Amino acid sequence: MNILVCISQVPDTTTKIQVSGDGQTIDKTGVKFILNPYDEFAIEEGLKLREQFGGTVTALTVGTETSKEILRTALAMGVDKACITKTDAQLDSYNVAENIAGFAKSISPDLIIFGRQSIDFDSSSMAPMVAEMLNMPSISVVSSWKIEGTGIQAERDIEGGKEILSTSLPCVISAQKGLNDPRYPKLPDIMKAKSKPIEEIAPCHGNNLVALSSMALPSSKRVGMIVGDSDADITSIVTALHEQAKVI
Amino acid sequence: MKHIIVFIEAKDSQSLKRTSHEALTAAHSIADGATISAFAVSGSEEALKSAGNYGVQSVVLAQHELLGSYSSTATSEALAQYARSVDADIVIVSGNSTGKEIAPRLSVKLKAGLLPDCIALSGDTTSVSAIRPVYAGKAQITVQSTSGKAIIALRPNVFTAKLTGSDAATISAFSPNLEASHARVQVLSTMKNEGTLDVAEADIIVSGGRGMKGPEHFPLVEQLASTLGAAVGASRAVVDAGWRPHGEQVGQTGKTVSPTLYVACGISGAVQHLAGMSSSKCILAINKDKDAPIFKVADYGIVGDVFEVLPKLDATLKAMLHG
Repeated sequence: MNILVCISQVPDTTTKIQVSGDGQTIDKTGVKFILNPYDEFAIEEGLKLREQFGGTVTALTVGTETSKEILRTALAMGVDKACITKTDAQLDSYNVAENIAGFAKSISPDLIIFGRQSIDFDSSSMAPMVAEMLNMPSISVVSSWKIEGTGIQAERDIEGGKEILSTSLPCVISAQKGLNDPRYPKLPDIMKAKSKPIEEIAPCHGNNLVALSSMALPSSKRVGMIVGDSDADITSIVTALHEQAKVI
Repeated sequence: MKHIIVFIEAKDSQSLKRTSHEALTAAHSIADGATISAFAVSGSEEALKSAGNYGVQSVVLAQHELLGSYSSTATSEALAQYARSVDADIVIVSGNSTGKEIAPRLSVKLKAGLLPDCIALSGDTTSVSAIRPVYAGKAQITVQSTSGKAIIALRPNVFTAKLTGSDAATISAFSPNLEASHARVQVLSTMKNEGTLDVAEADIIVSGGRGMKGPEHFPLVEQLASTLGAAVGASRAVVDAGWRPHGEQVGQTGKTVSPTLYVACGISGAVQHLAGMSSSKCILAINKDKDAPIFKVADYGIVGDVFEVLPKLDATLKAMLHG
């Protein structure tokens, strides 16, 4: 099976976000960048399927020179090939998807796997967008699934329950936490990954369909009534929830 | 004439989903005289007509045998064909699990800028501007479509639905041209999580963190949740420790929620947790450490031991709510 796993580099979840001077991006000073946590499940799923069906796993990211670090992680985990569409331009989702779809056409994968969302822009839109560009079916937020021949039956999380869906290869899925247990790369594999080649793909720059005009920290207007744990304190909180906040 | 399409979904045979009410109201807020049509691929007459209660008198029901069982690919194709037929300027969907699959496909089909996960809209049909959280709510961006058309997905539970009248909407049929290739994904069945309320849908959430000290103490959280009619949530630490299922996890790598009331029990407030719940309308925190970061985002806080506070809080609430 020819599998493409699409991954992205994001700020670590413990990062405190500050807006940089341009008012449009985050201040990257001191920010630690990591492999998007959901993408670990995507890589692991690709590797498991290769163990089961044979084939090749290719990892792709669209990003800057520093994004190569996450490709090294993917190589250490065991992907066969790592590719980067390298660009410093601010691409919108549509243009990132076009770059991914363009690359996918060149390798004709049976399966494309994403993480359910990247935890920076959180749009969850990449998997369906790329699928639409490639005229492929897609299933987002897959928590378990099985492949038989070219038939697929998948379970995905929806509000208050689960959906069981059917589709067929070739297709696109996005991985939910719990789909598998991502392996930790071993030290010798991490060392070997450092010297493996990373193929650079020329980016295509179309016009963005979306413009970002500003970035700001959310304004917080909180009441801030903090009390102790006496019976009277608790009664005062319950009363405030009822009469002041009117939420119960 | 400018035209806004709102994608709506029926909840049951009588009514629409609340997220559809939110989308209908949001469409009005930016309409400025534009035509608004609601678009559905299924739903009873009664449910669809209720769109009129939210100020939209025209409902278009797409009819095709391939829409019989829900398919994100067939639904987005039908919606795109309708949008082209009326030369729609804006399509609004709820950013629920359905909308998250449809909106990106529409953006590609119509080459329209996608504004996902919006929490506020401003401007009008010609110059709509949206605010949406990024980095799990640690920052917000203001975005506009530059393609002349926009696909807007609204974060569920954030926009307030407004009843505007009781005029039933008129339903007209639309027959899309669909082929089997448009329906390569089909929903075979859906399963409701029995008995438990999902954090993504709940008006009130009671969450427990590491301060609960072990899974055996979560009945305290469950009891309070039951009294409030709330869903049970959990921090990443307790999910990673295996105390609670992943479906309950609130935070950057779990669910992002914005309930009316969020009660944090024994949760210190790690950045990644705050990111998932700080857009809640009201936050009550209970923690023994008065310097815990959770108190910085809380409206109401009780500094104390959860094992003593939770039973007392539960009893006080019971007395007030149930008499």
